Amino acid sequence: MRFLKIAWEWFDERTDASKVIGPILKHPVPPNTGWKYVFGSATLVAFLIQVVTGIALATAYVSSAGQAYESLKWITDKAFLGHLMRGMHYFGASAMVLLVGMHMIRTFLTGSYKFPRELNWVVGVFLLGLTLLMGFTGQLLRWDQNGVWSTIVAAEQAGRVPLLGPWIARFLMGGQTVGAATLSRFFAYHVFFIPALIFGMVGLHLVLVLRHGISEPPKPSFPVNPKTYRAWYEDMLHQEGVPFWPDAAWRDAIVGVLVVACVMLLAWWVGPPELGTPPDPTVIQAYPRPDWYLLWYFAVLALLPHGSEDYVIVGAPLVAGVCLLVLPLVFNKGERAPSRRPWAVVSIIVIVSAVGVLWLEGDRAPWSPDFDNKALPATVVHAAGPDIANGAQLFHEKGCENCHNVSGYGGHRGPDLSHVGDRLSAQQIVLRILNGGNNMPAYASSMKPEDLNAIVAFLKSRRVGG
Amino acid sequence: MSEQMTEARRKFLSRLSLGAGGIISALIGLPVLGFLVAPLFERVGREWRGVGAVGDFEKGKTTEVRFEDASPLAWAGVTGKTGAWLRHQPDGQFAAYAINCTHLGCPVRWLPEAELFMCPCHGGVYYSDGTVAAGPPPRPLVRYPVRVRNGLVEILTSPTPIT
Repeated sequence: MRFLKIAWEWFDERTDASKVIGPILKHPVPPNTGWKYVFGSATLVAFLIQVVTGIALATAYVSSAGQAYESLKWITDKAFLGHLMRGMHYFGASAMVLLVGMHMIRTFLTGSYKFPRELNWVVGVFLLGLTLLMGFTGQLLRWDQNGVWSTIVAAEQAGRVPLLGPWIARFLMGGQTVGAATLSRFFAYHVFFIPALIFGMVGLHLVLVLRHGISEPPKPSFPVNPKTYRAWYEDMLHQEGVPFWPDAAWRDAIVGVLVVACVMLLAWWVGPPELGTPPDPTVIQAYPRPDWYLLWYFAVLALLPHGSEDYVIVGAPLVAGVCLLVLPLVFNKGERAPSRRPWAVVSIIVIVSAVGVLWLEGDRAPWSPDFDNKALPATVVHAAGPDIANGAQLFHEKGCENCHNVSGYGGHRGPDLSHVGDRLSAQQIVLRILNGGNNMPAYASSMKPEDLNAIVAFLKSRRVGG
Repeated sequence: MSEQMTEARRKFLSRLSLGAGGIISALIGLPVLGFLVAPLFERVGREWRGVGAVGDFEKGKTTEVRFEDASPLAWAGVTGKTGAWLRHQPDGQFAAYAINCTHLGCPVRWLPEAELFMCPCHGGVYYSDGTVAAGPPPRPLVRYPVRVRNGLVEILTSPTPIT
């Protein structure tokens, strides 16, 4: 211990480390910030997990389009603790997205974006965008079937930007097709470029926190007045401030431990996402889906009215980004307490509820046809005659069952037909099959009359109690 | 007098230093930027790739075919290939369709009994001639140029279709 003390004193004398770090650690912060102020540091801990496990993974991952998958299989199945590294990296990413969202909600609800911390909010919005980009590019690096096709879907969406779309798409792919150049580029973005931006932005974020101080827990009837706030804040800190270390920092430390513990436990018990089939753009059996934190956006794309995609894919992120960036410029003063800002509270409730519902729908994905459906068993068909049995078979073969559900079998893209015999007449069913609908193809040119009759007979037999 | 000269000199030296910083940034940044955006301007030649003999494809049927991209990089591995749906039409002509749905690019599947292409992502449906039958796709499946040469069906390599 004595040796350590001597070593530290030698180091400190030559670096003035304690003179620099000491004031930072012990700078006064408002009292009673409580547990709700931990999410920023918790996000930073999650980011550190990503950096450290990411470096570890990068020592074994081969970013060659032809070999990335094999190197990942080796990391997952053969490398010592490779399975844990991948799991920590995946759940660390999930934790980071969740915590950055919670941090943002907290700073919004406590009006911490108001004067003089407007710029910190702006930097935070960029960090949110960069975090989501890291999640997306990271998923692609798994470079399995899902990864390859998700890249193509991303390029298609980028292609919707007016004028520049095809150029952006080509830039994303690193060429005209998804191939060798694509993965190398995404590796560089994910490992070097975006993290460099995040490091810079986090540094700026922390400098601004130190510069302006942590916002005090808001009180009703204590609005922010830019003319008087700074003097009032300094005075408050002088009178009531407590040293950040350890009075406030202890909560950050405890939550940091919890974050790491949760990530490690999930990584150990649940494990990393399974690697899908090897990346082959010629394999048709693919169903690209984003990781859970973007499933809500996946649902938005699926539920958009026809013809509105171009506007939503490009316009919605643009409008959302502008609203977030402009928020502190427009609402930089006034009440901070949520009890005096009902619009702020309602908007959070609406956004969280909407995203939550979209998450659940994105997971269920009823709009996706069910290609794995089996032919209806005889116990469900209850065929009163050969026509009905034949109709049930054709219902499966003609792809109807991909989208329509009968007694628990089939997809949910279209209406449930379990009791359609009670609802529609035979003529109505014929018209619908032949003419199709908004989301249903017209079978007029591809359905033989005898097949049509059999399917209609089968569907008319679908009744309650039938 | 000497104080004024010192100020003027300082101003000049400041501008000189900032200019030097600008030159350093340009000397490093421009070639790097050029390297990064090069794929946007690269002229990739298109090549005809054989996908099978005419006799391999039954009339009236649609089959999945695979072919190598034009000039894939040596380390592309399996990602250097592209898939397409090839239809041998009843009149003997061939039509090749990109497997990418025109909605958001997911690979469409062919349902032979239904004679329909169906997309797993959002339920887009196309008829056998690639026209939109139902769902969100805004336009028909992209067609690749196809020809028959000496009894061999060939498809012209093409960029990934971006809607």
